[in-house]
Amino acid sequence: MASDYTEILQRLCHHLKKFCEPNVEITPETDLINQLAIDSVKLLNLIMEIEDEFDISVPLNALADVQTVHELANLIHRIKYTEQ
Amino acid sequence: MSLLDKLDAVAAARKALLPEGIDVFGIPIEEVYSSTEAKIDDRRILFLGTNNYLGLTFSPACIQAAHDAIDNEGTGTTGSRMANGSYAGHRALEQEFADFYCCNSCVVFTTGYQANLATISGLAGAGDVVMIDGDSHASIYDGCRLSGAEIIRFRHNDMADLEKRLRRLGERSRSTLIIVEGIYSMLGDRAPLADIVSLKNTYNSTVLLDEAHSLGVLGETGQGLVEETGLIDEVDFITGTFSKSLGGIGGYCVSNHSQLDQLRYISRPYIFTASPTPATIASTRAALKLLQAGTELRRQLWKNAHQLYSRLSELGYQLGPEVSPVIATILDSPQQALALWKGLLDHGIYVNLILPPAAPEGKSLVRCSVSAVHSGEQMDYVGEIFAELREVIQ
Repeated sequence: MASDYTEILQRLCHHLKKFCEPNVEITPETDLINQLAIDSVKLLNLIMEIEDEFDISVPLNALADVQTVHELANLIHRIKYTEQ
Repeated sequence: MSLLDKLDAVAAARKALLPEGIDVFGIPIEEVYSSTEAKIDDRRILFLGTNNYLGLTFSPACIQAAHDAIDNEGTGTTGSRMANGSYAGHRALEQEFADFYCCNSCVVFTTGYQANLATISGLAGAGDVVMIDGDSHASIYDGCRLSGAEIIRFRHNDMADLEKRLRRLGERSRSTLIIVEGIYSMLGDRAPLADIVSLKNTYNSTVLLDEAHSLGVLGETGQGLVEETGLIDEVDFITGTFSKSLGGIGGYCVSNHSQLDQLRYISRPYIFTASPTPATIASTRAALKLLQAGTELRRQLWKNAHQLYSRLSELGYQLGPEVSPVIATILDSPQQALALWKGLLDHGIYVNLILPPAAPEGKSLVRCSVSAVHSGEQMDYVGEIFAELREVIQ
């Protein structure tokens, strides 16, 4: 389970790099909006890419509780391994 | 950050982007001369940014009907449709819309925004899924949020993307409401309705089509995209607005599903809003008759749309993907869009300015909306000014 999460985190960070400045360091605690400057439109596009990458559906409603990279990875993990 | 700090941040962002001395997103219209002309800042201005597609706002029949309704029934209903706000006119308009679409049921709402809010939140709920096009209008997003259903977006007009997302839902596709628009307000393109209906049937889903910008514009009698494509029997729910081709304000939902009427008892936006004024209902009833008989108006509307689209295309402007009365000029930066918008206004032409994040794909839009009652001379003048301003955005 932990390795699944780690793999998701790595793949998520790879995607996030496309949405932010090249030299920004991304850690699990990084704040998506305040530190990576991912605005609402970028976030919606990111979610579409994540859905395709992991072959899951991420309801927009679930994003209300997501602020950090870790929280997004956790959401993907939950959907991928427990809800589908 | 406090409540008011958030608003200060909005003010700072606006100040950084928008020019001083002009309220870009709240220009006062000082006087209205006709469906196409008004006074702004003491100057005569050509309206090219309204949704007055058939030019009915100054129709003598609509104005007379509104006058009569005020004389006979007063200025407002002062009550919800569920309480004292359903007059004979409200019911008659519902019947006339149902007849127009050859559908069993119609519910009339106070605004088009409310029609989507009320219909979507009444149809879908917790445990259901709403599948929406990425370019959907804010009223669709807000209706989905209010519903409590899971919201999934698909890429704009991308049918492979829609199918992929329906497939992922498995059995849940049966409790999924797919929501699309007849003509999208940002780029003016149509939904590929035949493909959407085919997917709906494959996955046993339900389709809601918002004809806000296509009512009166598409189809022989102006029903919208459902008429143009001959798919009215395949679409489950149709919503629309009175505030565009009908020249008033209000909204509707029609359906052959008899359950539509139950929205009157469960849909909070319907229950807790005062009903449309008698004048609005009366002018809309008159406008609906003109819309149905408006073949010549539609011919003129499309002639104007083709003329402007061709002219802007020849000039090298990047436009939406297809000709429609909504003609969006796509700019790479907000500064380019502002310069074009201001240049047009300085030459007496009012259009809509749409900046990120409201515009798709991080672009900015200068959006023209053509009317059936724009004259050939007015269209020629607009073309001349766009030619003159071409270098502004180079």
